[in-house]
Amino acid sequence: MLEKALVGDKKYWTWVLFLMAIIATGFLFYLRQLGYGLGITGLSRDVTWGFYIAQFTFLVGVAASAVMVVLPYYLHNYKMFGKMTILGEFLAISAVTMCILFITVDLGQPMRAFNLILHPSPSSVLFWDTIVLSGYLLLNVIISRVTLESERKGIKPPSWIKPIIILSIPWAISIHTVTAFIYSGLGGRPFWFTAILTPRFLASAFASGPAFLLLVVFIVRKFTRFDPGREPIQKLAQIITYAMLLNLFFILLEVFTAFYSRIPDHMTSFQYLFSGLDGHSKLVPWMWTSVTLGVLAAVLLVNPKTRQNEKWLIFACAAVFVSIWIDKGIGMVVAGFVPTPLGAITEYWPTFPETMITLGVYALGFLMITIFYKIALSVRGEIST
Amino acid sequence: MSGIDRRNFIKIAGLTTIIGLSGKPLADAFASQPAQASAAEKEGHVGKRWALVIDPKKCLEKEGCRACIDACHRIHNVPQFDNRKDEIKWIWKEEYEKAFLDQENEFIEDSLKEKPVLVLCNHCDNPPCVRVCPTQATWKRQDGIVMMDWHRCIGCRYCVAACPYGSRSFNWRDPRPFIKEIDKDFPTRTRGVVEKCTFCNERLAKGLPLACVEACPEKAMAFGDLEDPESEVRQLLRNRFAIRRKPYLGTQPVVFYLV
Amino acid sequence: MYDAGKIITGLILFLVLFTTPIWVNLASGTSAERPDIKLPVDEKQCVAATEYMKASHMDLIYEWRDQVVREELRAYHSLSGKEYEMSLTKTCLGCHSNKAEFCDRCHNYVAVSPYCWDCHTEPKEGI
Repeated sequence: MLEKALVGDKKYWTWVLFLMAIIATGFLFYLRQLGYGLGITGLSRDVTWGFYIAQFTFLVGVAASAVMVVLPYYLHNYKMFGKMTILGEFLAISAVTMCILFITVDLGQPMRAFNLILHPSPSSVLFWDTIVLSGYLLLNVIISRVTLESERKGIKPPSWIKPIIILSIPWAISIHTVTAFIYSGLGGRPFWFTAILTPRFLASAFASGPAFLLLVVFIVRKFTRFDPGREPIQKLAQIITYAMLLNLFFILLEVFTAFYSRIPDHMTSFQYLFSGLDGHSKLVPWMWTSVTLGVLAAVLLVNPKTRQNEKWLIFACAAVFVSIWIDKGIGMVVAGFVPTPLGAITEYWPTFPETMITLGVYALGFLMITIFYKIALSVRGEIST
Repeated sequence: MSGIDRRNFIKIAGLTTIIGLSGKPLADAFASQPAQASAAEKEGHVGKRWALVIDPKKCLEKEGCRACIDACHRIHNVPQFDNRKDEIKWIWKEEYEKAFLDQENEFIEDSLKEKPVLVLCNHCDNPPCVRVCPTQATWKRQDGIVMMDWHRCIGCRYCVAACPYGSRSFNWRDPRPFIKEIDKDFPTRTRGVVEKCTFCNERLAKGLPLACVEACPEKAMAFGDLEDPESEVRQLLRNRFAIRRKPYLGTQPVVFYLV
Repeated sequence: MYDAGKIITGLILFLVLFTTPIWVNLASGTSAERPDIKLPVDEKQCVAATEYMKASHMDLIYEWRDQVVREELRAYHSLSGKEYEMSLTKTCLGCHSNKAEFCDRCHNYVAVSPYCWDCHTEPKEGI
């Protein structure tokens, strides 16, 4: 089936080459990082995790969100999602690959990454994260391949694939649960040390992932004959609405607990994010942008008039995505380190090489999405090959 | 065609490989869980639970004294960076209020307020860093020392995030050019690994005292075995009130501060 | 065969590129002679048999490393009954005091770069 990705029009190839150029640039900067060390990033003794790990965390959510189209289709027999499930699964594969790459570029000694397997440590959440992420990748590779192959031949998918698909549903929940456990199990980091972190992760994932999927669907629909129809788009929009409302509600719960109890440890990171601490306020404009976009998106999504208007819906999806990206892809990880366990406030901002490496990984993910979608749509004859 | 055709054979072979590959390390992991047996009793100190007792008042006798810090950092090849970002430290002075954030008290004794306190790895009984390490590059020995294996560390920095005391440093770049004089009896570190105080385990093995304890001109530090009721540390803890950093986290540090 | 010309040209191009290192080495006249390593003069016996050390010294070093760092064992009893301290810099380099003419020569020859020296220092040599 891969040959379908090798033929395409000029627009397709321009896009592919553009992505490849970014990947190559990112790779060159990664070579520089390998030579110099992680000191090339904006990270420091005080803020030891930053952009890379934050993107990893965010993308685990995007990967997990495939379940929002798979679950209604297979568990509730919601046939309308039929055309979109394969896109969700391919999105999951690409997102998990990016997650693995982000972890890799964050390692100080990537050449020793194999130690994870040579000396497995079940007491470490990272050990379990490795297992659930690679398992989820494998599940989605099998499922998407088998179902697409059947579709190409015009036959029913083999019956053994059904239990695997059902298994992928709780597995999707597990990947984001385990990822949240990386943070929420650390007693020394009060900002993360909260049981609501896991549900918050899941809610934000089930809003941002499907929002991204809808945006991609709109783009694909513009350039190809692919059209999932109005109803499934609206259904997915409803799912995004509920997930986004839950996400905002969970954040408010956090704020209440921290500020009503007035326990300094629990307040300071929020203060750093939203009003700045001791004159350090690099993230303040970002966080307020995130809140504004989040609330705006929620209003647009709740109101049936705007939700059913596709122009507003596109805007709302983009707002959801950006809002949650800022929240998880910048704020959540960094604020855990500010202030430090010794009360120091050190600010973090990604450097240019760090940004380029990040873009390189994203470009690789987008290239995967492009190729996978090209194959899927060619198989269905919704695109000229 | 009966039996297994080529396609199915490959599928089965692949699956078997995957199960085999993941099964073995899993089994090993569970089998090797008990801590490695200690052989420290063979020579040098006979200890079961090492601890350090610091007397901040004695420590403050000489203002600006860095004897212990310099001794430790010199023999352990700890690099000296002039910026906070790359900084690596095993033992250092921290303001009392920063070291004991939870002891915030507006009317605390003036002799302590705003005065520096020595801080280092607490060699916790219940170390969060060990729990989170995905490669067992850091672990707790039977004598309580939280050790580091710089050969095995992959540099994920999960332990740094887990440590509630900020005791761990990461090598953001090659440390060698920033070591004034390399002590050839001890390795330097390579970039990309985490490091911290290891209670001079290499000296204990030879029967030598901790470098910081030895270097202190005021004898403000005492090192010994908590299991031995007659040890100096036990006597100090019996006779004077001592505090530890962030006791509410249940990590059970073995670095005590006399009040 | 369709596109026979393109395929054959492609194959030839691939073969040429793939074997470049061989051609480059032949052209530059780099000899493939065994490296001339300097053995210690005053010490005749190693911690294990020469044949074993030639083939597996890295395994022994890894074993020593894990025993010292992780198991707090520092003494090694060789087959000849002698006791050695398990230490790369003290024991190994104690006899093989010329790293450049012993370790490096052979390692360069087989094009391996062990990362031991990222952290450990040669006793004599200053960095």
